[in-house]
Amino acid sequence: MQELKNRLIQLISDGTVARVIGWKKGDMPYNPEPACFSTVEELEDFVYDGFCGANLSKMMIEVANLEGKTAVCLKPCDTYSFNQLIREHRVNRENAYIIGVGCRGKLDIEKARKAGIKGIEAIEGVGIEGEGDVTFKTIYGDKAMAYSELLLDRCHVCKGKDHMVYDEVIGESKDTADSDRFDDVKKIEAMSSAEKFAYFQNELSKCIRCNACRNVCPACSCRKCVFDNTKFDSQQRANVDSFEEKMFHIIRAFHVAGRCTDCGECSRVCPQGIPLHLFNRKFIKDIDDFYGEFQAGKDPEAQSPLTDFTFEDLEPKQAVGRGEN
Amino acid sequence: MPMNENNEFKPLIVAFCCNWCSYAGADLAGSSRLTYPENVKIIRVPCSGRVNPMFILRAFERGADGVIICGCHPGDCHYSTGNYYARRRMALLFSMLEYMGIENGRTRVEWCSAAEGAKFSKTMNEFCEKIASLGENVRLGDLRCKN
Repeated sequence: MQELKNRLIQLISDGTVARVIGWKKGDMPYNPEPACFSTVEELEDFVYDGFCGANLSKMMIEVANLEGKTAVCLKPCDTYSFNQLIREHRVNRENAYIIGVGCRGKLDIEKARKAGIKGIEAIEGVGIEGEGDVTFKTIYGDKAMAYSELLLDRCHVCKGKDHMVYDEVIGESKDTADSDRFDDVKKIEAMSSAEKFAYFQNELSKCIRCNACRNVCPACSCRKCVFDNTKFDSQQRANVDSFEEKMFHIIRAFHVAGRCTDCGECSRVCPQGIPLHLFNRKFIKDIDDFYGEFQAGKDPEAQSPLTDFTFEDLEPKQAVGRGEN
Repeated sequence: MPMNENNEFKPLIVAFCCNWCSYAGADLAGSSRLTYPENVKIIRVPCSGRVNPMFILRAFERGADGVIICGCHPGDCHYSTGNYYARRRMALLFSMLEYMGIENGRTRVEWCSAAEGAKFSKTMNEFCEKIASLGENVRLGDLRCKN
């Protein structure tokens, strides 16, 4: 991390970039937060460790038209999102200085909580250069857990540790993928219709409509969102009609279909722990099956499958009931 | 639950019909005195490509039991390519609805030209029977219940 921090300080002090988008220390050792730094002094708080899961590419939309370059730290999976935003003309590549940061998988504090770890005061072994176990210093004494046990679910199905777009790469990456990303989708596809419905009803009923999934999603960057109300002031916020209430997740998944890079941020930020990536991944799987393999954000020039067609596309009735034949 | 005079379930069906083909096809069915169930409510759209997946979800939310989208045969779109885009969107949407446990067959796409009045009438009759056998749409309305 020190190498990365030194390089950022250098970039700001020699005037190459006007600001840096990265992470700063949070109020707890496991929740560093995205931040914008514009002076060397501010960079004192810069941090990059295993808990820096946030995808910073969406923040580049805000700074696209600011004066001077903006340096941004992007993990391998975040660079797919950035590429997709280039494709959608939402970010300015010329104005961005992309530092590809190494990644050995990001951590999920919930996994530690589930293992009964609480009262955390400090955490060791989560640095990007580190090896071996993670040690939690708690008020009840030290507890250790393997790094791989703490990984976010999305890191177990990592797309790969190559940066798709960058100006320079700092730090080593370590492959974390150990299962197929469509396994969960296939498991649901194999259920009966009633089981599927019961599963999703149970999951979606937990939703509190906090909109965190929408706000964090790099693909959900429309200037005017369908879920924003046209009414004024406080009415704007209290806007859940029953249609939105019930269909929010299908609509959101459909809106990002063909553009979702599967960065997994929606599931990471969900305060209710709803596996929202299951919707996006189903669309990705279907697009792969029906129209040929497509990874959004891999190539900023590629045509999105939903704004394209061939004369021989399959008919909608062939899309359903495939499991039954 | 709406019932007919024989106390049988009478489904509510919404049909999105393209102005240039199936809407005229419905007209032809009428002038040829072919019948189709009166519980099919036709909504005219300029092209099947105009049908936003949200329209379909909204129809279900407002109480439809089945939704059918009728457009020009591939290759015959009035705007050249609208139905090709619709075909991709609907394939993905239908697959997603199936994935979420909504019964297969509640949604359908049929290509039906202005000259196919008989096909229009036959399709609507078939679809109506299928929905009647599936019963009322409960699942899409109850996708999120506060429990």
